[in-house]
Amino acid sequence: MVNGTRLGLGVLLVALLGVPAFLPPFYVYLLALILVTGLLAASLNLVLGFGGLYQFHHAVFYGIGAYTLAIAITKLHWPAWVGLVAGPVAAALAGLLMGLVCVRLERLYFGMLQLSLGSFVWIVALRWYPVTGGDNGLHGIPLPAVLKPLGNAYLFILAAVAASLFVLWAVVRSPFGLTLQAIRDNPQRCQVVGIHVRAHQLAAMVLAAFFAGVAGVLYVVLERSVFPNMLFWVLSLEILVMCLLGGWFTFPGPLLGAALVVALRTFAGRYTEYWTLILGVLLILLIFFLPEGILGTLGAQRAQKTPEPTPRPAPAGDVHG
Amino acid sequence: MDSMAVLGQILVGLSRAMILFIVAAGLSLVLGVLRVPNVFHGSLYMIGAFVAWTVAEALEGHPARLWVALAAAPLATAAVGLAVERTLLCRLYQREHLMLILFTFGVMLILNDLVKLGWGPTYRSLVPPEELQGAVSILGVALPRYNLVLLGAGPLVAGGLWLFAHRTRIGKIARAAATDREMVAVLGIDVSRVFAVAFGMGCLLAGLGGALVAPTTSITLGMDHTLLIESFLIVIIGGLGNLWGALVGSLLFGVAHSVGLLIWPQFAVAFPYAITAGVLLVRPRGLLRSVW
Repeated sequence: MVNGTRLGLGVLLVALLGVPAFLPPFYVYLLALILVTGLLAASLNLVLGFGGLYQFHHAVFYGIGAYTLAIAITKLHWPAWVGLVAGPVAAALAGLLMGLVCVRLERLYFGMLQLSLGSFVWIVALRWYPVTGGDNGLHGIPLPAVLKPLGNAYLFILAAVAASLFVLWAVVRSPFGLTLQAIRDNPQRCQVVGIHVRAHQLAAMVLAAFFAGVAGVLYVVLERSVFPNMLFWVLSLEILVMCLLGGWFTFPGPLLGAALVVALRTFAGRYTEYWTLILGVLLILLIFFLPEGILGTLGAQRAQKTPEPTPRPAPAGDVHG
Repeated sequence: MDSMAVLGQILVGLSRAMILFIVAAGLSLVLGVLRVPNVFHGSLYMIGAFVAWTVAEALEGHPARLWVALAAAPLATAAVGLAVERTLLCRLYQREHLMLILFTFGVMLILNDLVKLGWGPTYRSLVPPEELQGAVSILGVALPRYNLVLLGAGPLVAGGLWLFAHRTRIGKIARAAATDREMVAVLGIDVSRVFAVAFGMGCLLAGLGGALVAPTTSITLGMDHTLLIESFLIVIIGGLGNLWGALVGSLLFGVAHSVGLLIWPQFAVAFPYAITAGVLLVRPRGLLRSVW
C-alpha cells in the first residue's frame, strides 16, 4: 500500500517535471499557480484540519511573504535570494506575533481576532503607498534572470512546493503533529495529561505561516507582482473552501481542492464574469452533500468496514430543530 | 487643529457610529441567539442600500419617498434572510461552526453576484429630500441635516431592541436561548422558531443600516466589505451577543475613525483594527459580558 503510494507520487513528480517540455505555456502557468495555491491551502490545513484552529485569515501570511520579497527587492535593493528567504521568515514572525495574541482564545474568538489582526495588515498594505504601492500593489518585480523563463520558474516552484509539502507531511506524521491532532479532538484531556496546548497551537501557527509565506514568494516568482487582494479576507475564505472541498481531515485534500478551485476559476472565467456565484453554489452543495470533502468522503467509504469514523471536532451545539 | 473641527468630526463620527451600531446589533443578535457568524450580513446591508435607492428612484418627486425607501429596504432584506434561513440554514444548526461560516460565505458570494447582475457595477447615489439637505448648526458646528436622522435612528433602534428583548415573550425566550439553548428546548419551546425570528430581525437591521447609509455615501458593489469586518470587530470587542457591547463598540469605532481622519487621514481606517487588538489584548472576551 505504502509502496503503491510512493510509486504513484514518484510517477506524478516525474510527470510534473516533464510538463514544461510538453505542454503549452498556458498550462505550465496554470499548473504552477495550482502548485502555489495548493501549498497555501495545505499550510492552512495544518492549523485548520489538523490543529482544529479557526484560522479565518490565512491569506495574510501569504501576502506578507509576497510583500516582503517584493519590498526587499524593489525598495531595499536586497539580493533576490535573500528576499526569497526573508519572505517566509517574515510570515513566520507575523504568525508568531499573531499567535501569541490569538491562541489565548478559542474557536470563534480565536478566528475573529485573527481575522481582525489580518485585516489590519491588509489595511496597512492598502494605504502605505510609499512602501507597498497602496491599492496598485507592486509590479514588474525584477528577479534573477535564471527564473525569468516560465519553464524555469515552474521548475523552481515545483521543487519548492514539493520540498515544503514533504516537510508539512513529515510534521503531520511526527509526534508533534499527532499531539496537535489529539489537541484538536480533545483539548481538555490533553491539558490534563500535561501537554502544553497553547505552545503546540502556537508552533503550528508559526509553521503554517512560514509555508504560507513560501507560497507567497513563489507567487511573486510566477507573477512578478503583489497586490493588496493577496491579503484580503475573501481570499482567506476561498482557501478555507479549498480545504473543505478536498477534505480538510486529509493531507492531500487541500491540494486537490486548490487544484479544482483554481482550474474551475480559470475555465469558468472564460465563459462568465459571475465566477463567485458559481463558487457560492458549489460551496453550498458541498456543505450539504459532501461535508467531509471529496477525499474525506472517499476515505470514509473505503474505511467503512472499520467502525471508526473520520475524526472531527465535536458538533458545536446540540439543538433540537 | 481647532476644537470646532474636532467637535464637528466627533458629531459626524457619532452619526456613523449609529449606522455601525444598527448593523452590528443585527450581527450580534444572530451570533448571540443562533451562534452563527453571518458572513452575508454585509451583503444584506448592501442590498438594503440598493433597494432603498431603487424605491426612492421609483417614487421620484413624492414627498415621503425617503421614508418609504427606509421602510421597504429592511423588509426586503429580512425576506431574503428568512428565505435563506428557513430553506437551508435551519438544516445546518447541528454542524460545526466552520460549516455555518462557510455556508453563509457561500450565500455572500451568491448574493453579491446577484447584486452585480441586478444593479450592475456602476455607482449610485440617493439624494435626500430637500428638507434634509443642507446643514444645521450645533454648538456653532455645522452638521449635515441628514446626520440628525442617523443620530435619532440609533437610540430608537437600541430602545426598540431593548423592549423586544426584555418586554416581549419571544424576546425573553431568545435571550434564554442565547444563554442555554438546550434548556429552552427541554422546556418544550420550539427553538427553531425563535432562531427564525432572531435571524429575520438581524437581517432586517442589516437592511435598515444599508438604507440609512444610502443618502450619505455612494452605493456600490464592495460597500459591504469593510463594514462587515468592522461589525464583526464591534461585536467581538463588545462581548458576543451583548447589545450594549455593540453600542459601546460602535461608538468607539465611529469616533476613533473620524478623529483618526484629523490626526492621520491615510490610516484612519486602520484605527478600529488597532483598537480591537488593544481591547482584546486586555480583555480577550470583550468589554462587556458575552452571552456565550
